[in-house]
Amino acid sequence: MSFISRGFRGRRSRQPGAGLIPPGQHLVDGFPVLSAGPTPETALEDWDFTVVDETGATAARWTWEEFRALPSETPTVDIHCVTSWSKLDTSWEGVSVDTLLEDVETSAEYVLAFSDGDYTTNLPLEDVIDGRAWVAWGYDGDDLEPEHGGPARLLVPHLYFWKSAKWVRGLRLLDEDEPGFWEGLGYHNYGDPWRQQRYQGD
Amino acid sequence: MSELQRVDGNALGGVLSEVFAADLTTATTTCAGCRGVAPLAVLHVYLDAPGAVARCPQCGTVQLRLVRSETCAWLDLTGIRVLQINP
Amino acid sequence: MASTAVPGRLTWRLAEVVATADETPAVRTLRLQVPGWPGHRPGQHLDVRLTAPDGYRAQRSYSIATPADRERLDIAVERLDDGEVSPYLNGELRVGDQIELRGPIGGYFVWDPSHGGPVLLIGGGSGVVPLMAMARARARVASTVPMRWLSSSRTLADVVYRAELEQLAAAHDSFELFQTLTRDAPEDWAGHRGRIDERLLAEVAGPADAARQTFVCGPTSFVEGVATNLVGLGHPPTTIKTERFGATGAP
Repeated sequence: MSFISRGFRGRRSRQPGAGLIPPGQHLVDGFPVLSAGPTPETALEDWDFTVVDETGATAARWTWEEFRALPSETPTVDIHCVTSWSKLDTSWEGVSVDTLLEDVETSAEYVLAFSDGDYTTNLPLEDVIDGRAWVAWGYDGDDLEPEHGGPARLLVPHLYFWKSAKWVRGLRLLDEDEPGFWEGLGYHNYGDPWRQQRYQGD
Repeated sequence: MSELQRVDGNALGGVLSEVFAADLTTATTTCAGCRGVAPLAVLHVYLDAPGAVARCPQCGTVQLRLVRSETCAWLDLTGIRVLQINP
Repeated sequence: MASTAVPGRLTWRLAEVVATADETPAVRTLRLQVPGWPGHRPGQHLDVRLTAPDGYRAQRSYSIATPADRERLDIAVERLDDGEVSPYLNGELRVGDQIELRGPIGGYFVWDPSHGGPVLLIGGGSGVVPLMAMARARARVASTVPMRWLSSSRTLADVVYRAELEQLAAAHDSFELFQTLTRDAPEDWAGHRGRIDERLLAEVAGPADAARQTFVCGPTSFVEGVATNLVGLGHPPTTIKTERFGATGAP
């Protein structure tokens, strides 16, 4: 039986009955900031979002103005970080990935999201369509802050939050799956919080 | 701002001791990105991520990444061209 | 991966809190008894690991404030308002409690009297902790290696180890004490005011000296500002060693 620190709870808040959270997760107050590098500082006039298809061709591209002119949604979702914190009923504003892929012809089965700062994360294409994912530019009624991924981040709430790539700049459609930054270093390739798929082999 | 949370290679000493027998805080790295040579102790280290990430202070190249689970460790040193382990 | 190739050196150990003392409103010293402690060098740190009843764990590094003394050592914890570990260590933890720790860690940011001098120690806020281990190690062997100490704190009440530093300065010609207060200083304050800048560093550090060892520790932004200024003043980068604590209450 390993040592227990008397009286230690960590940052987790006591909210019994607040809602169903996945196994091994705990609710937190606040919104922890986790980063693998410095916050990128891409100016909005230099920002774009591209969809690259499986042939390597740019299938779609939006500047910031064009992106913000797209129809947006305001999903309220629960989010779960692999480091064990969860937040329920977080409210976002952004463009559904379905909208971004509307005019894209593809037979790809996988997607690799890429961000400023060389971060990538991979997902099956079916996990980012049919209302399951957004590129979000607003959080909690305000512009998304840089430390939380602003100007825009991917939002894929049904998977662990490392899949919701901060500072996202585009999606690459792939015929074959390609592990991203954390998936290539021990984290689970899929990342379903309800099955505690944190590490490879889980 | 997350950049202020950044620490340096001194803070990797403990977790790297789980993987290396030598003390790497006195090691020197040659960056695979810019070929810059620096003590591991001055790398830009981010510990808050799902794993530990150490970047070159000159060019930002990720020199080292480490993930620990209860039972396993995954280590990527491909951003280090040469790791010099010093006494 | 519970064991390493260096058995007994960096395994997790249980230490007992034998005393606590508040150095300042935000910084508390924890005196620990660590059975089996192999000893350590001034400047090294240890990792503390906390485990909640449900298995949740949090881990942080803390510098050792005292020179090696068999199984006894002090750490000092600055309580961060939004911290996860510091409010427990500097708040909940009491004499008689145990904590899990491993160490000693770090061969880079170390100085002991055998390294000689002169030595320049520059600390911001709780960054003075590992530097204090160095100053105490020097005093313990009555070394006359010239040592200059420059620390930056918000107010007089925030100066960690103030009384002891003044004693060291009064007792030894070869220990010089420089302090600056960045937010508020008493009317009769004889030290410096404001953040450490190039002007203050030029005054304290003097001309570049390839033989002097400089150690800078504190919040990341503090350390980088000081190091950049020192290099700009001509001090050889290879003589400057740094340890960044991340973001804490900025001085």
